[in-house]
Amino acid sequence: MRYDSPLAAVGNTPLVRLPRLSPSEDVRIWAKLEDRNPTGSVKDRPALHMIEQAEKDGRLTPGCTILEPTSGNTGISLAMAAKLKGYRIVCVMPENTSEERRQLLAMWGAEIISSPAAGGSNTAVRVAKELAAEHPDWVMLYQYGNPDNAGAHYATTGPEILADLPSITHFVAGLGTTGTLMGVGRYLREHKPDVKIVAAEPRYDDLVYGLRNLDEGFVPELYDASVLTTRFSVGSADAVTRTRELLQQEGIFAGVSTGAALHAAIGMGRKAVKAGESADIAFVVADGGWKYLSTGLYTAATTEEAIATVQGQLWA
Amino acid sequence: MAIEVRIPTILRTYTDGEKAVAGSGATLAELFADLETRHTGIEARIVDEGKLRRFVNVYLNDEDVRFLDGIDTKLSDGDSVTILPAVAGGMV
Repeated sequence: MRYDSPLAAVGNTPLVRLPRLSPSEDVRIWAKLEDRNPTGSVKDRPALHMIEQAEKDGRLTPGCTILEPTSGNTGISLAMAAKLKGYRIVCVMPENTSEERRQLLAMWGAEIISSPAAGGSNTAVRVAKELAAEHPDWVMLYQYGNPDNAGAHYATTGPEILADLPSITHFVAGLGTTGTLMGVGRYLREHKPDVKIVAAEPRYDDLVYGLRNLDEGFVPELYDASVLTTRFSVGSADAVTRTRELLQQEGIFAGVSTGAALHAAIGMGRKAVKAGESADIAFVVADGGWKYLSTGLYTAATTEEAIATVQGQLWA
Repeated sequence: MAIEVRIPTILRTYTDGEKAVAGSGATLAELFADLETRHTGIEARIVDEGKLRRFVNVYLNDEDVRFLDGIDTKLSDGDSVTILPAVAGGMV
Protein backbone atom coordinates (compact mmCIF):
# COMPACT_ATOMS: atom_id res chain seq x y z
CA MET A 1 0.00 0.00 0.00
CA ARG A 2 1.30 3.44 -0.92
CA TYR A 3 0.14 6.83 0.36
CA ASP A 4 1.03 10.42 -0.51
CA SER A 5 1.66 11.52 3.10
CA PRO A 6 1.59 10.17 6.66
CA LEU A 7 -1.84 11.71 7.24
CA ALA A 8 -3.19 9.93 4.18
CA ALA A 9 -2.27 6.61 5.78
CA VAL A 10 -5.02 6.83 8.42
CA GLY A 11 -7.42 3.87 8.31
CA ASN A 12 -7.46 0.73 6.12
CA THR A 13 -6.48 -1.36 9.13
CA PRO A 14 -6.41 -5.19 9.19
CA LEU A 15 -9.28 -7.31 10.49
CA VAL A 16 -7.94 -10.54 11.99
CA ARG A 17 -9.75 -13.63 13.25
CA LEU A 18 -8.91 -14.79 16.75
CA PRO A 19 -8.77 -18.57 16.39
CA ARG A 20 -8.05 -19.31 20.05
CA LEU A 21 -10.42 -16.84 21.72
CA SER A 22 -13.35 -17.53 19.38
CA PRO A 23 -15.87 -19.70 21.27
CA SER A 24 -16.41 -22.20 18.40
CA GLU A 25 -15.94 -22.85 14.68
CA ASP A 26 -19.29 -21.17 13.98
CA VAL A 27 -18.93 -18.32 16.44
CA ARG A 28 -15.94 -16.30 15.35
CA ILE A 29 -14.36 -13.22 16.89
CA TRP A 30 -12.53 -10.72 14.70
CA ALA A 31 -10.21 -7.93 15.87
CA LYS A 32 -10.07 -4.62 13.98
CA LEU A 33 -6.48 -3.51 14.59
CA GLU A 34 -6.82 0.23 15.01
CA ASP A 35 -3.43 0.41 16.71
CA ARG A 36 -2.07 0.27 13.13
CA ASN A 37 -2.91 3.92 12.53
CA PRO A 38 -0.12 6.54 12.24
CA THR A 39 -0.09 7.56 15.93
CA GLY A 40 -1.14 4.13 17.16
CA SER A 41 -4.82 4.49 17.97
CA VAL A 42 -8.33 4.55 16.52
CA LYS A 43 -8.43 8.27 17.33
CA ASP A 44 -6.44 9.19 14.24
CA ARG A 45 -9.65 8.72 12.26
CA PRO A 46 -11.92 11.20 14.12
CA ALA A 47 -9.06 13.63 14.87
CA LEU A 48 -8.06 14.03 11.24
CA HIS A 49 -11.67 14.13 10.04
CA MET A 50 -12.68 16.77 12.62
CA ILE A 51 -9.70 18.95 11.64
CA GLU A 52 -10.32 18.63 7.93
CA GLN A 53 -14.04 19.33 8.23
CA ALA A 54 -13.30 22.39 10.42
CA GLU A 55 -10.85 23.61 7.77
CA LYS A 56 -13.47 23.09 5.08
CA ASP A 57 -16.16 25.07 6.88
CA GLY A 58 -13.71 27.83 7.83
CA ARG A 59 -13.70 27.35 11.63
CA LEU A 60 -10.04 26.40 11.56
CA THR A 61 -7.68 28.76 9.75
CA PRO A 62 -3.85 29.03 9.67
CA GLY A 63 -2.42 30.16 13.04
CA CYS A 64 -5.41 28.91 15.06
CA THR A 65 -5.09 27.28 18.51
CA ILE A 66 -6.91 23.96 18.95
CA LEU A 67 -8.26 23.08 22.43
CA GLU A 68 -9.46 19.60 23.41
CA PRO A 69 -10.39 17.64 26.56
CA THR A 70 -8.75 14.23 26.21
CA SER A 71 -7.43 11.38 28.33
CA GLY A 72 -4.73 10.95 25.73
CA ASN A 73 -5.33 9.31 22.39
CA THR A 74 -7.40 12.02 20.72
CA GLY A 75 -4.93 14.61 21.95
CA ILE A 76 -2.02 12.62 20.52
CA SER A 77 -3.78 12.27 17.15
CA LEU A 78 -4.76 15.94 17.06
CA ALA A 79 -1.26 17.01 18.12
CA MET A 80 0.37 15.05 15.31
CA ALA A 81 -2.00 16.47 12.71
CA ALA A 82 -1.66 19.98 14.23
CA LYS A 83 2.15 19.74 14.03
CA LEU A 84 2.05 18.80 10.35
CA LYS A 85 -0.57 21.43 9.56
CA GLY A 86 0.92 24.23 11.66
CA TYR A 87 -1.64 24.72 14.46
CA ARG A 88 -0.95 25.30 18.15
CA ILE A 89 -2.73 22.78 20.40
CA VAL A 90 -3.74 22.79 24.08
CA CYS A 91 -4.99 19.53 25.69
CA VAL A 92 -6.89 19.27 28.98
CA MET A 93 -6.14 15.88 30.53
CA PRO A 94 -6.97 14.28 33.91
CA GLU A 95 -3.85 14.27 36.13
CA ASN A 96 -4.14 10.50 36.78
CA THR A 97 -3.39 9.38 33.23
CA SER A 98 -0.16 7.61 32.38
CA GLU A 99 3.22 9.28 31.99
CA GLU A 100 3.58 7.83 28.48
CA ARG A 101 0.60 9.85 27.29
CA ARG A 102 2.06 13.06 28.68
CA GLN A 103 5.36 12.43 26.92
CA LEU A 104 3.65 11.59 23.63
CA LEU A 105 1.61 14.78 23.75
CA ALA A 106 4.68 16.86 24.60
CA MET A 107 6.63 15.15 21.83
CA TRP A 108 4.12 16.31 19.22
CA GLY A 109 4.28 19.81 20.67
CA ALA A 110 0.98 19.88 22.58
CA GLU A 111 0.63 22.02 25.69
CA ILE A 112 -1.00 20.09 28.55
CA ILE A 113 -3.33 21.52 31.18
CA SER A 114 -4.02 19.01 33.96
CA SER A 115 -7.50 18.65 35.39
CA PRO A 116 -8.13 17.10 38.85
CA ALA A 117 -8.20 13.28 39.04
CA ALA A 118 -11.55 13.34 40.82
CA GLY A 119 -14.30 13.16 38.26
CA GLY A 120 -11.97 11.88 35.54
CA SER A 121 -12.87 12.86 32.01
CA ASN A 122 -16.02 14.65 33.19
CA THR A 123 -13.81 17.18 34.94
CA ALA A 124 -11.53 17.53 31.90
CA VAL A 125 -14.58 18.33 29.78
CA ARG A 126 -15.74 20.96 32.28
CA VAL A 127 -12.29 22.59 32.51
CA ALA A 128 -11.99 22.65 28.70
CA LYS A 129 -15.42 24.27 28.37
CA GLU A 130 -14.34 26.96 30.87
CA LEU A 131 -11.12 27.60 28.91
CA ALA A 132 -13.07 27.81 25.67
CA ALA A 133 -15.27 30.50 27.22
CA GLU A 134 -12.17 32.44 28.36
CA HIS A 135 -10.50 32.16 24.93
CA PRO A 136 -13.16 32.64 22.30
CA ASP A 137 -10.52 32.60 19.55
CA TRP A 138 -9.44 29.01 20.41
CA VAL A 139 -11.12 26.26 18.41
CA MET A 140 -12.49 23.39 20.48
CA LEU A 141 -13.23 20.53 18.09
CA TYR A 142 -14.97 18.83 21.03
CA GLN A 143 -14.95 15.12 20.25
CA TYR A 144 -17.92 14.41 22.58
CA GLY A 145 -20.32 16.52 20.57
CA ASN A 146 -18.75 16.88 17.11
CA PRO A 147 -20.76 14.94 14.49
CA ASP A 148 -17.56 14.62 12.44
CA ASN A 149 -16.21 12.27 15.14
CA ALA A 150 -18.96 9.72 14.42
CA GLY A 151 -18.82 10.82 10.77
CA ALA A 152 -15.23 9.57 10.45
CA HIS A 153 -16.32 6.08 11.46
CA TYR A 154 -19.42 6.19 9.29
CA ALA A 155 -17.24 7.12 6.30
CA THR A 156 -14.29 4.76 6.88
CA THR A 157 -14.34 2.24 9.77
CA GLY A 158 -17.86 0.97 9.04
CA PRO A 159 -17.34 0.42 5.29
CA GLU A 160 -13.96 -1.28 5.90
CA ILE A 161 -15.47 -3.75 8.36
CA LEU A 162 -18.45 -4.59 6.17
CA ALA A 163 -16.21 -5.08 3.10
CA ASP A 164 -13.94 -7.46 5.04
CA LEU A 165 -16.74 -9.26 6.91
CA PRO A 166 -20.01 -9.22 4.95
CA SER A 167 -21.39 -11.91 7.30
CA ILE A 168 -20.96 -9.69 10.40
CA THR A 169 -23.59 -10.28 13.12
CA HIS A 170 -22.16 -8.19 16.01
CA PHE A 171 -20.05 -5.07 16.32
CA VAL A 172 -18.48 -4.36 19.72
CA ALA A 173 -16.48 -1.31 20.78
CA GLY A 174 -15.58 0.68 23.85
CA LEU A 175 -17.91 3.48 24.85
CA GLY A 176 -16.23 6.82 25.44
CA THR A 177 -17.23 9.71 23.23
CA THR A 178 -19.53 7.10 21.62
CA GLY A 179 -18.22 8.19 18.19
CA THR A 180 -17.02 4.74 17.05
CA LEU A 181 -20.27 3.02 18.05
CA MET A 182 -22.51 5.74 16.62
CA GLY A 183 -20.66 5.99 13.29
CA VAL A 184 -19.97 2.30 12.63
CA GLY A 185 -23.33 1.35 14.16
CA ARG A 186 -25.33 3.60 11.84
CA TYR A 187 -23.41 2.47 8.78
CA LEU A 188 -23.78 -1.23 9.53
CA ARG A 189 -27.50 -0.89 10.40
CA GLU A 190 -28.18 0.66 7.01
CA HIS A 191 -26.62 -2.35 5.28
CA LYS A 192 -27.38 -5.14 7.77
CA PRO A 193 -30.54 -4.20 9.68
CA ASP A 194 -30.22 -7.16 12.07
CA VAL A 195 -26.64 -6.46 13.15
CA LYS A 196 -26.17 -6.13 16.92
CA ILE A 197 -24.29 -3.05 18.10
CA VAL A 198 -22.79 -3.62 21.55
CA ALA A 199 -21.10 -1.06 23.79
CA ALA A 200 -18.46 -1.94 26.39
CA GLU A 201 -18.36 0.81 28.96
CA PRO A 202 -15.38 0.97 31.34
CA ARG A 203 -16.27 0.70 35.03
CA TYR A 204 -13.63 2.25 37.21
CA ASP A 205 -12.86 2.17 40.88
CA ASP A 206 -14.58 4.35 43.45
CA LEU A 207 -11.88 7.03 43.21
CA VAL A 208 -13.00 7.99 39.73
CA TYR A 209 -16.68 8.15 40.61
CA GLY A 210 -16.20 9.29 44.19
CA LEU A 211 -17.15 12.92 43.98
CA ARG A 212 -19.61 12.68 41.14
CA ASN A 213 -22.94 14.15 41.95
CA LEU A 214 -25.74 12.06 40.48
CA ASP A 215 -27.46 15.18 39.23
CA GLU A 216 -24.43 16.47 37.34
CA GLY A 217 -23.41 13.42 35.33
CA PHE A 218 -22.22 13.55 31.80
CA VAL A 219 -23.66 11.96 28.68
CA PRO A 220 -21.79 12.84 25.46
CA GLU A 221 -23.89 14.92 23.09
CA LEU A 222 -23.16 12.39 20.33
CA TYR A 223 -24.79 9.54 22.23
CA ASP A 224 -27.95 8.15 20.64
CA ALA A 225 -29.12 5.07 22.55
CA SER A 226 -31.27 3.93 19.61
CA VAL A 227 -28.12 2.96 17.67
CA LEU A 228 -27.12 0.42 20.33
CA THR A 229 -28.55 -3.05 20.86
CA THR A 230 -27.15 -3.19 24.36
CA ARG A 231 -24.49 -1.81 26.65
CA PHE A 232 -22.27 -3.62 29.14
CA SER A 233 -20.35 -2.22 32.07
CA VAL A 234 -16.94 -3.91 32.25
CA GLY A 235 -14.92 -3.60 35.44
CA SER A 236 -11.15 -3.27 35.71
CA ALA A 237 -10.66 -6.92 36.68
CA ASP A 238 -12.39 -8.30 33.57
CA ALA A 239 -10.72 -5.73 31.28
CA VAL A 240 -7.23 -6.53 32.58
CA THR A 241 -7.88 -10.29 32.47
CA ARG A 242 -8.96 -10.12 28.81
CA THR A 243 -6.09 -7.80 27.86
CA ARG A 244 -3.66 -10.43 29.16
CA GLU A 245 -5.51 -13.29 27.44
CA LEU A 246 -5.38 -11.42 24.14
CA LEU A 247 -1.62 -11.09 24.54
CA GLN A 248 -0.96 -14.61 25.76
CA GLN A 249 -3.34 -16.54 23.51
CA GLU A 250 -3.40 -14.49 20.30
CA GLY A 251 -0.18 -12.47 20.54
CA ILE A 252 -1.97 -9.12 20.30
CA PHE A 253 -0.49 -6.43 22.56
CA ALA A 254 -3.39 -4.06 23.22
CA GLY A 255 -4.44 -1.37 25.68
CA VAL A 256 -6.81 -2.10 28.56
CA SER A 257 -9.97 -0.67 26.99
CA THR A 258 -9.53 -3.31 24.27
CA GLY A 259 -9.74 -5.95 26.99
CA ALA A 260 -13.10 -4.47 28.01
CA ALA A 261 -14.39 -4.66 24.42
CA LEU A 262 -13.08 -8.22 24.06
CA HIS A 263 -14.85 -9.20 27.29
CA ALA A 264 -18.18 -8.02 25.85
CA ALA A 265 -17.40 -9.71 22.50
CA ILE A 266 -16.72 -13.05 24.20
CA GLY A 267 -19.91 -12.61 26.28
CA MET A 268 -21.96 -12.11 23.11
CA GLY A 269 -20.17 -15.08 21.54
CA ARG A 270 -21.09 -17.37 24.41
CA LYS A 271 -24.73 -16.27 24.14
CA ALA A 272 -24.67 -17.21 20.45
CA VAL A 273 -23.16 -20.63 21.22
CA LYS A 274 -25.87 -21.27 23.85
CA ALA A 275 -28.58 -20.28 21.40
CA GLY A 276 -27.09 -22.59 18.75
CA GLU A 277 -26.50 -19.67 16.39
CA SER A 278 -23.49 -18.90 14.25
CA ALA A 279 -21.93 -15.46 14.62
CA ASP A 280 -19.22 -13.19 13.24
CA ILE A 281 -18.34 -10.71 15.95
CA ALA A 282 -16.03 -7.79 15.15
CA PHE A 283 -14.52 -5.71 17.95
CA VAL A 284 -12.17 -2.76 18.01
CA VAL A 285 -8.59 -2.89 19.24
CA ALA A 286 -8.48 0.81 20.07
CA ASP A 287 -4.75 1.06 20.76
CA GLY A 288 -1.64 -0.95 21.56
CA GLY A 289 -0.33 -1.58 25.06
CA TRP A 290 2.70 0.70 24.79
CA LYS A 291 1.17 3.60 26.68
CA TYR A 292 0.26 1.35 29.62
CA LEU A 293 3.57 -0.49 30.05
CA SER A 294 4.47 1.55 33.11
CA THR A 295 1.50 0.06 34.98
CA GLY A 296 3.29 -3.31 34.94
CA LEU A 297 0.07 -5.13 34.11
CA TYR A 298 1.50 -7.06 31.15
CA THR A 299 4.43 -8.52 33.07
CA ALA A 300 2.75 -9.04 36.47
CA ALA A 301 3.18 -12.67 37.58
CA THR A 302 -0.53 -13.20 38.17
CA THR A 303 -3.74 -11.66 36.88
CA GLU A 304 -4.56 -10.59 40.46
CA GLU A 305 -1.32 -8.59 40.64
CA ALA A 306 -2.02 -7.13 37.21
CA ILE A 307 -5.50 -6.00 38.29
CA ALA A 308 -4.01 -4.29 41.35
CA THR A 309 -1.71 -2.22 39.11
CA VAL A 310 -4.60 -0.29 37.56
CA GLN A 311 -6.43 0.57 40.80
CA GLY A 312 -7.51 4.19 40.79
CA GLN A 313 -6.28 4.79 37.24
CA LEU A 314 -8.18 5.84 34.18
CA TRP A 315 -7.28 2.84 32.07
CA ALA A 316 -9.37 3.72 29.08
CA MET B 1 -35.05 -13.56 47.12
CA ALA B 2 -31.66 -11.95 47.64
CA ILE B 3 -30.20 -9.51 45.17
CA GLU B 4 -26.84 -7.84 45.69
CA VAL B 5 -26.94 -4.10 45.06
CA ARG B 6 -23.64 -2.25 44.60
CA ILE B 7 -23.88 1.31 45.84
CA PRO B 8 -21.80 4.21 44.46
CA THR B 9 -19.80 6.35 46.91
CA ILE B 10 -22.17 9.27 46.52
CA LEU B 11 -25.13 7.20 47.82
CA ARG B 12 -23.36 5.49 50.72
CA THR B 13 -24.61 8.13 53.11
CA TYR B 14 -27.89 6.18 52.88
CA THR B 15 -26.28 2.80 53.55
CA ASP B 16 -24.05 3.65 56.54
CA GLY B 17 -21.08 3.57 54.23
CA GLU B 18 -21.78 0.05 52.95
CA LYS B 19 -20.49 -0.59 49.41
CA ALA B 20 -23.09 -3.27 48.77
CA VAL B 21 -26.42 -4.10 50.35
CA ALA B 22 -28.94 -6.90 49.90
CA GLY B 23 -32.45 -6.28 48.66
CA SER B 24 -35.43 -8.09 47.20
CA GLY B 25 -38.11 -7.58 44.58
CA ALA B 26 -39.45 -9.12 41.39
CA THR B 27 -38.51 -6.01 39.41
CA LEU B 28 -36.02 -3.17 39.75
CA ALA B 29 -38.83 -0.82 40.83
CA GLU B 30 -39.73 -3.24 43.64
CA LEU B 31 -36.07 -3.59 44.58
CA PHE B 32 -35.61 0.18 44.94
CA ALA B 33 -38.84 0.40 46.98
CA ASP B 34 -37.49 -2.39 49.21
CA LEU B 35 -34.18 -0.54 49.67
CA GLU B 36 -36.14 2.59 50.64
CA THR B 37 -37.68 0.76 53.64
CA ARG B 38 -34.21 0.36 55.19
CA HIS B 39 -32.28 3.24 53.56
CA THR B 40 -34.68 6.17 53.70
CA GLY B 41 -34.16 8.68 50.89
CA ILE B 42 -32.20 6.46 48.52
CA GLU B 43 -35.07 5.73 46.12
CA ALA B 44 -35.60 9.37 45.20
CA ARG B 45 -31.92 9.69 44.27
CA ILE B 46 -32.26 6.90 41.70
CA VAL B 47 -35.85 7.19 40.49
CA ASP B 48 -37.85 10.25 39.48
CA GLU B 49 -41.52 10.04 38.50
CA GLY B 50 -41.29 6.30 37.88
CA LYS B 51 -38.19 6.52 35.65
CA LEU B 52 -34.46 6.24 36.21
CA ARG B 53 -32.85 9.62 36.66
CA ARG B 54 -30.96 10.81 33.59
CA PHE B 55 -27.46 10.68 35.02
CA VAL B 56 -27.93 7.44 36.95
CA ASN B 57 -26.95 4.20 35.24
CA VAL B 58 -28.21 0.89 36.59
CA TYR B 59 -26.78 -2.44 35.46
CA LEU B 60 -28.25 -5.91 35.92
CA ASN B 61 -25.39 -8.43 35.84
CA ASP B 62 -23.32 -5.74 34.07
CA GLU B 63 -25.95 -5.04 31.36
CA ASP B 64 -27.44 -1.54 31.21
CA VAL B 65 -31.11 -1.90 32.21
CA ARG B 66 -32.12 0.86 29.79
CA PHE B 67 -31.59 -1.79 27.09
CA LEU B 68 -33.64 -4.35 29.05
CA ASP B 69 -36.97 -3.18 30.48
CA GLY B 70 -35.74 -0.15 32.40
CA ILE B 71 -37.17 0.10 35.87
CA ASP B 72 -39.59 -2.75 35.08
CA THR B 73 -36.72 -5.16 34.38
CA LYS B 74 -37.40 -8.51 36.05
CA LEU B 75 -34.97 -9.81 38.66
CA SER B 76 -34.01 -13.31 39.76
CA ASP B 77 -32.45 -14.68 42.89
CA GLY B 78 -28.69 -14.21 42.85
CA ASP B 79 -28.73 -11.27 40.43
CA SER B 80 -26.29 -8.44 40.90
CA VAL B 81 -27.41 -4.83 40.44
CA THR B 82 -24.87 -2.00 40.12
CA ILE B 83 -25.77 1.66 40.41
CA LEU B 84 -23.30 4.19 38.93
CA PRO B 85 -23.22 7.85 38.03
CA ALA B 86 -22.93 8.50 34.27
CA VAL B 87 -19.38 9.52 33.41
CA ALA B 88 -17.43 10.33 30.31
CA GLY B 89 -15.17 7.36 29.81
CA GLY B 90 -13.48 5.23 27.25
CA MET B 91 -10.58 5.84 24.97
CA VAL B 92 -10.93 9.56 24.52
